[in-house]
Amino acid sequence: MRSRNVLSGVFLGVGVAAFVDETVFHQLLHWHHFYDRSTPAAGLVSDGLFHAFGFFCTVGALFLLADLRRRNVFDRRRWWGGLFAGAGAFQLYDGTVQHKLLRLHEIRYDVDIAPYDWAWNVIAVALLVVGFGLLRRRRRPVT
Amino acid sequence: MSGMPGGGSLEVLDGLLLIAALTYAAGILAARRRGRSWPAARAACWYAGLTVAAAASAGPAAAHGFVPHMAGHLLLGMAAPLLLVLAAPGTLALRALPVRRARRLSRAFSAWPVRILTHPAVAVVLAAGGLWLLYTTGLYPAMMHSPAIHLLVQAHVLGAGVLLTHAIVGVDPMTHRATPRVRAAALLVFMAAHGILAKYLYGHPPAGVSGPAGRTGAELMYYGGDLADLALVIVFCWQWYDPARFRVGARRPPRPWTLHDDARIGRLERIDAPQPGNQRP
Repeated sequence: MRSRNVLSGVFLGVGVAAFVDETVFHQLLHWHHFYDRSTPAAGLVSDGLFHAFGFFCTVGALFLLADLRRRNVFDRRRWWGGLFAGAGAFQLYDGTVQHKLLRLHEIRYDVDIAPYDWAWNVIAVALLVVGFGLLRRRRRPVT
Repeated sequence: MSGMPGGGSLEVLDGLLLIAALTYAAGILAARRRGRSWPAARAACWYAGLTVAAAASAGPAAAHGFVPHMAGHLLLGMAAPLLLVLAAPGTLALRALPVRRARRLSRAFSAWPVRILTHPAVAVVLAAGGLWLLYTTGLYPAMMHSPAIHLLVQAHVLGAGVLLTHAIVGVDPMTHRATPRVRAAALLVFMAAHGILAKYLYGHPPAGVSGPAGRTGAELMYYGGDLADLALVIVFCWQWYDPARFRVGARRPPRPWTLHDDARIGRLERIDAPQPGNQRP
């Protein structure tokens, strides 16, 4: 059940990161494009898979969380550690592989993109560091 | 046949839906005569599903154009199948039929063609593959001009949707059901394929569809598909979560026996008991 705590957190982290990306940057700010005609096939496939995965993750994570609570084995720190790590991992993947390698879309168009890219990926790494920090702390025996 | 796409096929589909409505009602009555009740919620699902399917083929969604077509396609291929599958028509048939025929039907559920068709991977290929064929080949303009092709495509969309939904979250008896992990992976692949196709169509509408209509239709497919997928994912997770009604995983603690189980065993005995020499260990 220790791993289920982490898994639930990671799933929700991925889901929340994907959700924030989708609503804030696509829907509200319209910074990203729904579909950039120059998007190559690999980018489209990766985007589609992660969109579906993020969706599934959000719902699955909440049911896993309910299951942990029902069994009385919910471990707050491992769960939050998983959440930060999951959100950071997705954000980093989105910012490096999807935006740059697969050229899915840019964070924003018609501006100097470098500061946006830096902010995006530094936030991702910060989330990862917080997440792994929380997960590591928990491995020490509680006395 | 010029005003509506496939005017003649409408009547065929509506006829089939009417037959399905009457058969289900007859099943409930027959089950009741045999002393078996049937949950009103399941019946509600069935009639809601048929209504959605009828609306998809006859309502405003049947009007000409890519956007109404896409709305109808979402209703027929995703919303209606989920409702129809949750109505558990197979279980109703087992309750309604005389013992001997129910046994035959039960054997048919585990026949190899059924097992292959209801495997999640096969169902995903049929559903997603059918969509890709429809919108990336000449099939879409062809169905707009031929009532026969229109009917076939609609039947495939509904049929493949039902197969897929049954394979992922089916509540009817199913032997050799895939593990939750396989079913989750299959659902994920289908969701991704649906979303990818929607985005592809945004930039590359089917032949004969204008740019703006193609983009609106593609966005409708994308977000409407998300909504239907969300419902499917929630039902799937709920089935995993709910230990009282569905198969329990290996990592679950034993659960207490409930009245519901008594009722279920009573039903199984009713179907299984009268034949001697059928005692299984």
